[in-house]
Amino acid sequence: MNLLIRGGTVVGPDATFRADVLVESGVIVAVGEGLSSPHATVVDATDCWVGPAFVDIHTHLREPGREAAETIETGARAAAVGGFGAMVAMPNTEPALDNVPLVSYVLSQGAKTPLDVAVAGAITVGRKGESLAPLAELAALGVRLFTDDGTGVQNPLVMRRALEYAGPLGIRLAQHCEDEHLANGGVMNEGALSSRLGLAGRSAVAEEIMVQRDIALVRLTGGRVHFLHLSTARSLAMVREARAEGLDVTCEVAPHHFVLSEESCSTFDPQFKVHPPLRPDADRAALAAALATGDIDAVATDHAPHAPELKDMAFDEAPAGMLGLEHVASLTHEALGVNPVALFHLLSRGPARIAQLRASDHRVGLSAHGGVIMVGEDANLVVFDPKETWTVDRATLQSRATNTPYHGRALTGRVRSTIVKGRLVVNEGVLQ
Amino acid sequence: MSMRGANLLTLEGMGREAILDVLDTAASFFDVNQRTVKKVPALKGRVVASLFFEESTRTRLSFETAAKRLGADVVSLAVASSSVKKGESLRDTISTIDALGLDAVVLRHRSSGAAVQVSRYVPHVRVINAGDGQHQHPTQGLLDVFTVRQILAERHGVVASDSGSSLFQGLRVLIVGDIRHSRVARSDIAAYSALGAEVRVAAPGTLLPTALDGWPVTVANNFEEALAWADVVGLLRLQHERGSGSFVPSLSEFTSTFGLTMERVALLKPEAIVMHPGPMNRGVEVDSLVADLPQSVITRQVTNGVPVRMAVLYLSVAEKKESL
Repeated sequence: MNLLIRGGTVVGPDATFRADVLVESGVIVAVGEGLSSPHATVVDATDCWVGPAFVDIHTHLREPGREAAETIETGARAAAVGGFGAMVAMPNTEPALDNVPLVSYVLSQGAKTPLDVAVAGAITVGRKGESLAPLAELAALGVRLFTDDGTGVQNPLVMRRALEYAGPLGIRLAQHCEDEHLANGGVMNEGALSSRLGLAGRSAVAEEIMVQRDIALVRLTGGRVHFLHLSTARSLAMVREARAEGLDVTCEVAPHHFVLSEESCSTFDPQFKVHPPLRPDADRAALAAALATGDIDAVATDHAPHAPELKDMAFDEAPAGMLGLEHVASLTHEALGVNPVALFHLLSRGPARIAQLRASDHRVGLSAHGGVIMVGEDANLVVFDPKETWTVDRATLQSRATNTPYHGRALTGRVRSTIVKGRLVVNEGVLQ
Repeated sequence: MSMRGANLLTLEGMGREAILDVLDTAASFFDVNQRTVKKVPALKGRVVASLFFEESTRTRLSFETAAKRLGADVVSLAVASSSVKKGESLRDTISTIDALGLDAVVLRHRSSGAAVQVSRYVPHVRVINAGDGQHQHPTQGLLDVFTVRQILAERHGVVASDSGSSLFQGLRVLIVGDIRHSRVARSDIAAYSALGAEVRVAAPGTLLPTALDGWPVTVANNFEEALAWADVVGLLRLQHERGSGSFVPSLSEFTSTFGLTMERVALLKPEAIVMHPGPMNRGVEVDSLVADLPQSVITRQVTNGVPVRMAVLYLSVAEKKESL
């Protein structure tokens, strides 16, 4: 399939420029103004931004084990309409992705979708935080990111050993930062509001103490850590200082933490329950303001589908987590204002670098993501209309689950087309 | 915000006028309860479901008695001992019961916010919160201020329902014990402060809420001084069966530092009113003998529970607009 993406503004790593993009056999073959190709399908990009397809490094696809909430196939559909060309499947499935057969299974299921599905392996066996999972065997399969997400590695000695072991393997450990003793089973941010509502609080300190601990362990071991879904201004400040010191730490924020605040929990609607919890508005605003400063490497969805009946339980009994894939681009765009370079940095180039998806990996059939729009690059592209307005409707989601906290919310900016490995997966907002 | 025709989910933000409306209505039902024939047909033909997802003896009995005295049909489901187990969708349970054709649901649930959620699931049904987790217990708060107003009115020789909130002006209320985990404390604080009373709380540091910003209370630094200061002392049950015991070194240390022992009773004003929502842990937050002191109004609280809940049901259901 040959595609001519016509009339758009190409978003590079530092600047934008007017250009058409011609794709043949999965590769970009021409970039320039006024291109034509008699046999190519034309993708209209008038008034749109054209950049590298988005990359989500924090996707819960629930397969195997909880297919009632999501499957790799339905998750890929949701990702495609969200503008993603690649995602990293989180390992907190049932059972956890802590061994070669299971990781191979997810990779093979991912290969059946039009998208590139990479896998994050568990750091410890069964994500129990006790003994190391076979990191080297999984690294040989192409796994580049490891995490016990859903929970953090609680024991600092286990984390230290994991960092020491991971170092020579060229992989990165990703941490869900919350000390479980301090979080103490809390269900929303701890503070005046949780006290008033009678809901058990999860302290911001539970997150910050683990960020601090892991920075110290990186300093000790020379290791590499990626901080998942940071939610407080202090966490970001600690990471900024660690980077200034030269430590190899990266971080992401999730859209709900810079769009929503803890105030939403006062309705007791479990759609707003998530870990780490929604924070006070001052933290939300600090995260939103930091998006364009370079302190944040990626916006990652923490897309967490749950079967609908689970979110109809009482607030403290309902599971934590919310959907993210289909709305994150619009939400990030709204938070950034008109800033295409930052948008594509946060949603594509930054996350692709963290997950080492910038280069193709033929062992697992993954193409290159998050690159520059130039001749010879793999054709993973998204066409984003920064002006289109639309309203979130949970009835029209591609995800199998419906637990979006954004139902009824009006958004500005929308993915118009998604091209993965040269194939037009989404056109004019519709799955092909 | 008036509760006529409305749900009763929380006392927070309910306001003075709406609370007085309930108290005055309850006063007339109190008189009904003194008669030989205690029934009024105000809710005849209406269906009230009593749904208790958590064990309770007196609140449930009190609500069901109130509903029956108003002539309502009562559908009772003790969910705590039925097939509904932890983890079942709240919406599913409510939808099933809603199919019976309800006018009101009286809901007790172990989870904070359950009544608020249910009110969204069945918007055509009036929801009365009979205690949700650690959030609110509105009828307990209402019956507590009703009881205090009734006693003060008797002392001053005035008719309670003519007194408005005047008897609460400058009234000193001390709430003692497990404030952190107490829905009663949250409702009491809202009710007393809305009526103009001054509220202090006394508790070990671990049993105070994490943050009190925005609460209309001050923390009493010296428990003994606060006892001598108070006109009303509200004791709370230490919920040690739910782990509140682990917030203090031992129950005996709690008793020795924050229990209303007989030594501390001597510090009380002679006319002080001592309250407890029940059930008491005799020997923990109260000395075994305290319940039987003249200052104690614990049985009066139980008696007043019925007319207050009659008033709540009446105002909520009888004043409900028929929607098409």
